[in-house]
Amino acid sequence: MKNSLIRPFLLSAAIAGSFGFYALNSKPTVVADPNNAGLKLLPGFGALVVAETGERARHIAITPQGNLYVKLNRPTKDGKGILELKAGPTGKATVTGGFGNYGGTGMVVKDGYLYASSDDDVFRYKLDAKGEVTNPTQPEKIITGLINRHQHEGKSIALDNAGNIYVNIGAYSNSCQVKDRQKGSLGQQNCPILDSAGGIWQFRADKPGQSYGAGTRFATGLRNVVGLDWNAQSNQLYVMQHGRDQLHDIFPELYDTKQSAELPAECMYALSKGANAGWPFLYYDPIQHKKILAPEYGGDGKKEADPKYLEPAVAYPAHTAPNALLFYTGTMFPEKYRNGAFIAFHGSWNRAPEPQKGYYIVFQPFKNGKPSGQWEVFADNFAGSPANAIAGHPDHKPCGLAQGPDGSLYVSEDKAGTIYRIVYNQK
Amino acid sequence: MLALLVLGASPAFAQKKTPAKAPAQKAATTGVPAAVLLKGKSVYTQSCLSCHQADGAGVDGLNPPLGKTDYVLGDKTRLINVLLNGLQGQDINGEPYHNVMPSQDYLTDQQMADVLTYVRNSFGNKASVVTVAEVKAVRGAKK
Ligand code: HEC
Repeated sequence: MKNSLIRPFLLSAAIAGSFGFYALNSKPTVVADPNNAGLKLLPGFGALVVAETGERARHIAITPQGNLYVKLNRPTKDGKGILELKAGPTGKATVTGGFGNYGGTGMVVKDGYLYASSDDDVFRYKLDAKGEVTNPTQPEKIITGLINRHQHEGKSIALDNAGNIYVNIGAYSNSCQVKDRQKGSLGQQNCPILDSAGGIWQFRADKPGQSYGAGTRFATGLRNVVGLDWNAQSNQLYVMQHGRDQLHDIFPELYDTKQSAELPAECMYALSKGANAGWPFLYYDPIQHKKILAPEYGGDGKKEADPKYLEPAVAYPAHTAPNALLFYTGTMFPEKYRNGAFIAFHGSWNRAPEPQKGYYIVFQPFKNGKPSGQWEVFADNFAGSPANAIAGHPDHKPCGLAQGPDGSLYVSEDKAGTIYRIVYNQK
Repeated sequence: MLALLVLGASPAFAQKKTPAKAPAQKAATTGVPAAVLLKGKSVYTQSCLSCHQADGAGVDGLNPPLGKTDYVLGDKTRLINVLLNGLQGQDINGEPYHNVMPSQDYLTDQQMADVLTYVRNSFGNKASVVTVAEVKAVRGAKK
């Protein structure tokens, strides 16, 4: 399959000659919408609406042939939890198929397979040479019986280059209190939730019917991870944690509403096997730049946590909900973007009564597989206006990211179901 | 669609549409003293706002809105019990919400009556007051 893809590419690249290779795929026909799909972008970039699905579009994946698969949080009225979209020459796409009667979040294309997750299981579908799913009604159920207690239930997935799949099993709790989210309730000793959730589990990508017994708890102390991706340069899994909520609500005598809005940071972690990021025993304070002991476990906002826990790789504004992470390997965007990370922030709710924040795509530069340099907002105004963002009433909530074969960046969102494509259009 | 659901599920609301003047309807439309609403709003700001938001609109898929839901406008005993016991895993007007409503039983009977009266008369709602006696009765029955 790889060969048949490479040959026409070489041939056409030769014909394209000095035009540069991405120009061949996209430049002549794919055009940004006049208003850049309502987004605020950096100079040289443009955006178009690829499709309006009208569904809660969670994660997305694109085959080498350019077929776009969209995982829906809940199936359509006629029972389709995954949509297939195909774009015409201008980049506008239509829904060409659907299957999988289950809601969920995870969606990845890797080495000839489409992987999809419900809130309990992970499935995989075989892709043919045209990027079409060959077994829409009979996927392999590779992972099953994961805990789902209707909080942090999404099972986001990523694959490495050695045949392993990594699955987020979010903690069904905010901070492992005896009574979840209850004012003043203290933390459960040793937090038993961590036995079956609050971490990343590793399984084989090609083995059917695996559950906890067949997998490994790869990393623990992670409250909930929605965005994660494999970094091929450092050969490491990077994850974006959703930090804990409600410091003020639960411990009003220790935190005021302003502190509660800025604490804790949303953290990126670089994971190695056995890593422990410390939830629920700590949170990361981006103002003090310290790992702070959680108030549920005796903290007072100042006492530091046991230093044995993993240090975050980067800290982002509190409660902004990073829902997708993508390492960019394309050549369409300028050099500085290569191997760096795009992060889709779904946007906050737990900053109230302070203004809400997020609803944007961030670019985080990387060098040699490690974060390097200051992050910046790459695409903004998914909310529709600053007032919408502040009020927490965004028009769109970015949730998924995928890289097209030509190096375009695709974005999905689960409020209106819009699919965007961001292109670089400067010479 | 939403309005239909509310109408179907909430007798108090449905009564407003009928010409007959039932006593319940009278209670539902009499003005609530501003002082009560102010006290209720203060409890709301302290204990509810962070999840249900300042405008009571909630958060998609996580925290339900409090405007015209069958819980808010419907049976008061059930409503009081939401505060006393908390709530999880229940669809609200046909929508699932993936967060937890913790018990608010640290509130006094007075605070619960005030905040529920405020909620039932804000965010587009108009419904009868919740009295301290009603909260006391439900809390007593629970014990
Ligand atoms: C930690 C977040 C949180 C806090 C704080 C909170 N709630 Fe809730 N509330 C929820 C969630 C989540 C649900 C839905 C639970 C479900 O679907 O089973 C809910 C449900 C409700 C409902 C019933 C459903 C509806 O929307 O009509 C009412 C009424 C309600 N809450 C009122 C309140 C009031 C009044 C307060 C403050 C005294 C409060 N809540 C505090 C999260 C919260």
